Amino acid sequence: MAEAKPVDGTTPQYLRDKYAIIGVGETPFMRGSGKTTRALGTWAIRNAIADAGIEPGEIDGMLSYSIGDSTATPFVAGDLGIRLNFYMDCFGGGSSTEALLGLAIGAMEAGMCKMVCIYRAMNGYSGRRIGATGRTPSTISGDGLHMAPYGFFSAGQRFAFTFMRHMYDYGTTPEQVAMVKVIHSEHASNNPKALYPRRVTVDDVLSSRMIVKPLHLLDCCLETDNGTAIIVTNAQSAYNYRHTPARVLGVVGRCNWPRMDMHYQHGPISSWAAQYASKILWPNAGLGPEEIDVTGAYDAFTFTTLLGLEDFGFCEKGAGGEYVSSGITRLGGARPNNTSGGHLCEGYTHGMNLVIENVRQLRGEIDDSCSIGVDGKPKHTYDYREGGCRQVKDVAVTANIGWAGPITCSAAVLRKG
Amino acid sequence: MSVTGMYLGMNLAIPENDELNRSYFHYCAAHDFRLQRCGSCDLLRYPPTTGCPWCMSTESEWHPVEGKGEVHSYGEVHHAIQPAWKAHTPYLFLLVDLDTQKGVPTEHDALRVLANLVTADGQPAPPELVRQVGIGTRVRMMFIDAGEGIAIPQWTIDQDADQPPPWRYPQE
Repeated sequence: MAEAKPVDGTTPQYLRDKYAIIGVGETPFMRGSGKTTRALGTWAIRNAIADAGIEPGEIDGMLSYSIGDSTATPFVAGDLGIRLNFYMDCFGGGSSTEALLGLAIGAMEAGMCKMVCIYRAMNGYSGRRIGATGRTPSTISGDGLHMAPYGFFSAGQRFAFTFMRHMYDYGTTPEQVAMVKVIHSEHASNNPKALYPRRVTVDDVLSSRMIVKPLHLLDCCLETDNGTAIIVTNAQSAYNYRHTPARVLGVVGRCNWPRMDMHYQHGPISSWAAQYASKILWPNAGLGPEEIDVTGAYDAFTFTTLLGLEDFGFCEKGAGGEYVSSGITRLGGARPNNTSGGHLCEGYTHGMNLVIENVRQLRGEIDDSCSIGVDGKPKHTYDYREGGCRQVKDVAVTANIGWAGPITCSAAVLRKG
Repeated sequence: MSVTGMYLGMNLAIPENDELNRSYFHYCAAHDFRLQRCGSCDLLRYPPTTGCPWCMSTESEWHPVEGKGEVHSYGEVHHAIQPAWKAHTPYLFLLVDLDTQKGVPTEHDALRVLANLVTADGQPAPPELVRQVGIGTRVRMMFIDAGEGIAIPQWTIDQDADQPPPWRYPQE
């Protein structure tokens, strides 16, 4: 079986630094957008185009991802007057962003196009709800018979075995896990865009109603209506545009745990696909976790951030509870995580907004409440108290870690300039 | 012929071309737990797959397996998503290491079979029973008839086994 073979870190050093993110944009994070995903997609891409300072016609490649809940590229591109040399609409939710960043680089490297826009548009609250509410199948059929009849259906339900076993194997406590939400809520309180900007305590998390043990309501991310977009091109031309580019040092995309049909067959089930993905990401990027300034570890649930950071080696395996509750991941800490408030507090768009946040961190232009200088750039105070700054000082390298359940992991390392 | 059934008000179906699931649930309907055993490497596998996850052979036979094991992990649902389960909260789903083929072919492998905790007569477990079960609990399989050619395998506490104190999530 696949796990018997060691991961072959492909280390394509010639691709390091060769491509960069030059533009990012999003719509507001909403509950009840009153708009189609087509409208959300074009809105977000317009913002990314304006951010990059490009003409729409410069984009000649487009990638999107969805789980049957969005509008595909042909409609969105047309609404922007863009004729494409390459496009592809992929199936996928969590962890897709970093994977599509790699696919965009591959498409450009193959000569199919020169500038790619990646977008995600979803009505995760008012349309097809991520929590699965209102979309249970009328008939359970075929392979689904081994799961759905057991009330094993939503994301939180499907991940519970991993989270619970982690607590059993390593003594991880509910209080430690709750600190992920606490810290992300602190970050969100300094994010004017955040859907959930209120700071919460460990008690708030543990006294919120139980959804599926070990997840309380506040351990779960926010169902959100939103569009997001990023624009990628080669690094040589990246300097022609408005912002300092965020260069791509390395990517790993949709890397898997064995037996994806029923991955719990292979253990230890308190680990996940990041065990394999980390062995590709770090060699590809040419550095390791100790060199990362800011992380964006996917927080569909509090627990996924803990597992993301742990299995990528930011701490010893099993010490994730200690790591996320130590203050390291807090603004002002040694390596802040999800400075926007992430999926738990800013809004949930399947990883894209976590990448956007890190691009802005690398530019030094986080959109917080700090005043704007005459040069049009925020004058950061680095005072992280509620309502204050959320720019991290001197950010040079960031890592995004995407999760699509214990079975699938993507990740990307970006660096300034 | 396609197979149809019903469990807790949920409609179940096995399409006509899905021979693997038809066979699996056909044995379940006879209260006979069987898994595919590879015709080449002899390893059992769960759930049904079209080829062997270890050696890729497409040859297999349905081999009787003892439905006994130990809870490896669990989830306890307080907010049900599916309408059929809303009346039964809190409910447990258990990931159970079968005794058969545990630790084979590597120490990390086991036949880990997913099902709920039910009472000895097959009803979704009431709250007082839910609280007795956690990681380490010994369970045995039973079958809930769901229609012609289909029954749903479920877990119930193995009353004949020595029960270690279960590990449970610290917040009850």
